[in-house]
Amino acid sequence: MRITVDPDRCVGAGQCVLSAPEVFDQDEDGLVTLVGAGPGAAKESSVRLAGALCPSQAITVHED
Amino acid sequence: MTQSAPQVVDFPLRSPSVPFPPPGYADYRGQEGLVPSRLPNGERVWLVTRHEDVRAVLTNPKISSNPEHKGFPNVGESLGVPKQAQIPGWFVGLDSPEHDRFRKALIPEFTVRRVREMRPAIELTVQARLDAMLAAGDSADLVADFALPIPSLVISSLLGVPPTDREFFESRTRTLVAIRASTDQQRQAASKDLLRYIGRLVEIKGKWPGDDLVSRLLATGSIAPHELSGVLMLLLIAGHETTANNIALGVLTLLTNPQWIGDDRVVEETLRFHSVADLVSLRVAVEDVEISGQLVRAGEGIVPLVAAANHDENSFECPHMFDPSRSARHHVAFGYGVHQCLGQNLVRVEMEIAYRKLFERIPDLRLAVPAEGLAYKHDGVVHGLHELPVRW
Repeated sequence: MRITVDPDRCVGAGQCVLSAPEVFDQDEDGLVTLVGAGPGAAKESSVRLAGALCPSQAITVHED
Repeated sequence: MTQSAPQVVDFPLRSPSVPFPPPGYADYRGQEGLVPSRLPNGERVWLVTRHEDVRAVLTNPKISSNPEHKGFPNVGESLGVPKQAQIPGWFVGLDSPEHDRFRKALIPEFTVRRVREMRPAIELTVQARLDAMLAAGDSADLVADFALPIPSLVISSLLGVPPTDREFFESRTRTLVAIRASTDQQRQAASKDLLRYIGRLVEIKGKWPGDDLVSRLLATGSIAPHELSGVLMLLLIAGHETTANNIALGVLTLLTNPQWIGDDRVVEETLRFHSVADLVSLRVAVEDVEISGQLVRAGEGIVPLVAAANHDENSFECPHMFDPSRSARHHVAFGYGVHQCLGQNLVRVEMEIAYRKLFERIPDLRLAVPAEGLAYKHDGVVHGLHELPVRW
């Protein structure tokens, strides 16, 4: 599993931080940023949930 | 189920005798495509009721949030709410990219981390309200005495309203939402008072900046002072009654389902179950667009029904049951797309603290009237309770 994030699309809802704080954070502008050791740091289901909940499609979860 | 020529239905369905969400929503979800409907003022709009379709509408670039576009649904006006002239800075009524400048400037103020830092202050606010309620006797109206003041106080502290002015601020916000106890003129006067006050606040913070949201936003330089007043008014309107109604409805649900008292998962389920902002995410097509197989022409109004989507059987098992254990966060109670509620994490924290502290301090809280007799705001844009009489 890989994750890509697009801070330009991010609207700062924070849903990803609530779903998988081990993987997602908000930077000083409040926009999505990846933290930690990558998607392996959280349950895959939490990462998928973050991708599905993002209201502005700023998170893409690649299942490869 | 196929219907060659679906009937045009009258909307909104809300009336004192109809429970919320209206049972009619389930029939609409069963219809193919979208539901052609007519507002009380005769305007024709499309109702969107399935979870998947509501999310599709709220993320489609051919669909606009801007009420200046011809055909934008006038649901508020049809409910007797006077049309709000386009206020500079009222960015929920703007589309990308114009909208994004405002949103981006505000995002840092509402991050998960920032809201976490606000917790201790919110706890003190809730505690102080409970102290006042307990000191006043053994009964209260939980709407007027608890649910409404909490978000008003939280917002005024967020905006940097000095403590000496919070009483003024709170009384005007209270008038604004008391659709039964105040007249149109009183509400307009309260709205003017608040706008004037906020304008002065922006002026003062411009001269003497402090460590608060207004000063920080001014310092970014991306929002002009006259726009900032509109932005602040929007934060107030968007964050006050919606939060208050969620607090009151959640307490009512807990009083009738006490097995869930003390479980923080109640917050998310209350948001989904009650879906107070059912009529808030209004849209208009600015180009021809197909939604759920239905061609919507440019200039046709669209009403995505959040409560209908949040009770969609295809997205939520047994949607009419209040079941916090479902932990469903894919509801659209905060909308979806770029306009999804900016303050959602603040609301979650306010609700959580309000429920927890209330039942900790007053474990024998009970309804003072039968639940069946409670008056709901079927006549308002935001669903809620007019009053919630309780005793202990």
